[in-house]
Amino acid sequence: MKKTEQHTPAPSPSSVTRRDFVKKSTTAIGAVVAAGAFLGGKAPAYAQSRKLHYLQWSSFIPDADTEIRRQAEEFTKATGVEVTVEMINQNDMTPRITAAIESGQGADVVLMINNQPHLFANGLSDHGSLMGELAGGDLYDWANGAVTVDGVARAVPLFNIGNAIVYRKDVFDELGLAAPNTWADYLTVGKALKGANLPVGQTLGHTFGDAPSFAYPLLWSFGGMEVDEAGKVVVDSPETHQALEFCKEFWDAACDPGGLAWDDTSNNRAFLGQTIGATLNGASIYFVARRKFPDLADKLAHVNNPEGPGGRYHVIGPRSPAIMGYSEQKDAAADFVRFLFQEDNFSQFISVNSGYVQGLTSKWESHPVWSSDPALGIFSTNAKYGRSYGHAGPWNRASGEAAEKYIVVDMFARAVQGEDPKAIAAWAQKELENVYG
Amino acid sequence: MQTQQSTPAPSLREKIATALEDQRVLGYVLMTPALLLILIFIAYPFVLGVWMSLTDKIVGTPGVFIGLGNYDKLFASDIFLTAAWNTVFFTTVATVFKAVLGMWLAVLLNRKFRFANITRATVLLPFIVPTVLSTLAWLWMFDATFSVFNWTLRWLWQVDISVFGLVLKENWGFFRGPLWLGDPGMAMTSVILVNVWRGLPFFAISFLAALQTIPPDLYDAADIDGATGWKKFWHVTLPLIKPVAIVVIVFSIVVTFADFQLVYILTRGGPNNETHLLATLAYQLGMGSGNIGQGAAVALFMLPLLAVVIVFQLWYLRREGVR
Repeated sequence: MKKTEQHTPAPSPSSVTRRDFVKKSTTAIGAVVAAGAFLGGKAPAYAQSRKLHYLQWSSFIPDADTEIRRQAEEFTKATGVEVTVEMINQNDMTPRITAAIESGQGADVVLMINNQPHLFANGLSDHGSLMGELAGGDLYDWANGAVTVDGVARAVPLFNIGNAIVYRKDVFDELGLAAPNTWADYLTVGKALKGANLPVGQTLGHTFGDAPSFAYPLLWSFGGMEVDEAGKVVVDSPETHQALEFCKEFWDAACDPGGLAWDDTSNNRAFLGQTIGATLNGASIYFVARRKFPDLADKLAHVNNPEGPGGRYHVIGPRSPAIMGYSEQKDAAADFVRFLFQEDNFSQFISVNSGYVQGLTSKWESHPVWSSDPALGIFSTNAKYGRSYGHAGPWNRASGEAAEKYIVVDMFARAVQGEDPKAIAAWAQKELENVYG
Repeated sequence: MQTQQSTPAPSLREKIATALEDQRVLGYVLMTPALLLILIFIAYPFVLGVWMSLTDKIVGTPGVFIGLGNYDKLFASDIFLTAAWNTVFFTTVATVFKAVLGMWLAVLLNRKFRFANITRATVLLPFIVPTVLSTLAWLWMFDATFSVFNWTLRWLWQVDISVFGLVLKENWGFFRGPLWLGDPGMAMTSVILVNVWRGLPFFAISFLAALQTIPPDLYDAADIDGATGWKKFWHVTLPLIKPVAIVVIVFSIVVTFADFQLVYILTRGGPNNETHLLATLAYQLGMGSGNIGQGAAVALFMLPLLAVVIVFQLWYLRREGVR
């Protein structure tokens, strides 16, 4: 007994016995689990204040973001509902929405692009009454189709961002060129521009805006299309082959070869850096030039996409606020959407965008912004030529997935690398059937 | 009998205390927190991923069991096959370069020279800097129009160099420079280059640590036997650092195989899917298109390939341990 006592170490303030350790660890784990269970669950209703979380893209027009923040503050003053406005890169919006819907928490209102309401229909509220109240029957058809899934509106279309070819008027004058009306004209113009070391700048990389905005209209204007009106994949057609052949010729003769790696900002930098003479873009190049390089801005002009044998087209898709299905503030969210649509607010939004965005009902076509700067008037006509991904079929989830996989863009990227147009179209047919099938 | 009656029954606390005195019970108790973490953060997502890959789950829906339907679709898609091949190619080439250059760097750093410690610390920088940040810097350096590499090459291409009237190099005219991320072959090369740049320090420092454990006597003995530098490396250095090298290489294969950030920032899989990896394709399908079932199937496709590598590593380590 005595021996045992001798072997027992004297307790010190810092020593911990095995038993103590296990006891304390168990208590700590219990506390952590309890805290996790509490945090993982919903806070009790009485503890919640009226707060809204609004998620949208970060606009290329900084004043537009400032205006949205101002409107959110005004909304808070008017209703007492605190609005957190979060703005992120458009390329990161889709994953954020996916994660929010799957986890059942996140922003209450999200600004969707193009046909995202189709992609996320199961996670969005029914916007039927809001549609009737805010958009009425005057909404452009394509905008209606972008948000209506199986007859149910899953968002309310607010505005569109148009695109046009921005070009150097001074260089065109110097070279004796006129603004191109057809793809054949654009080829002639592009050859001359490339000869003057100011080629056409066009991306065919994996980027959400400029690449599909170029590739889809080029396909349509030669009569090619992903699917027919019944939704059958018909991309492997003589019209598609012609579009691909033309693109190869156009790329070699007129374009900056670096475009294969460009993202949506690269052509802006190249144009403002005066290394290209024309590019398809929103009006953002013009705005930046107007603000930072006014001399250059005076030399810029815009023209619509060229016409081909199948017509003239622009990719078009609305930006539509959507109230998330999991939101616990649906009434406040609907009020916030109403506030964005309120005539004075939306008019002010169009004004600060200076023509970068267009309204989606005919009444906004006569907004003063379109006569304030002649260089921008062309953007008001986008809606007339607008088609959406999946044309001529209905706008649905599959067309969104095909766009997300850049199948049409990659068709043209392969063509400019010299692959056989027929083999490329057959490849696209197979990939699209995989998506639509 | 009387004695038994007078002994009070042990309380619950005492029972627990007694049980904990048993090493086997205590072992499980101590292991429980780690086990819980593994179950919650690794096993549960993994099982969920396997389940999702067997369903037609679209974002916001629970999904219906479709067996191997997603895998059928994937194998019918050239995009998937391209991404699978790209992943194997990317991992193999990048790992070989990292291992060879890492060994070379480690041997250099193992020498005694001025500022050795500062140099060793500096070598680690690419590994320390957050990947997203350093990759954005590479994106700028690879920019199709404003690449610093191309501007430098262009200047060198066009500059006249002459000494005392003797022309060493004349102006060779306009030079555009490589399309680092635009040309399909170059795009994969560029992505591998950045991966090697980032992963090299890990190899070098790990190999360096292994090199420093080799007793100098062995080299002295080799010197006496008349071994040359290459023979010393082959017969002394390499066998002794092999266990570390295997672990480092296997670890690197696993991490490189699942690489996502580099490609996502540099090319997003373009041009024409030439740099798409399984990780970026899984993200594109699952998070971008909302086709979570197919995204999970792509991600899980990596599992059997990586499992082979990991089983090899475990087998090797166990064999070395027995030795």
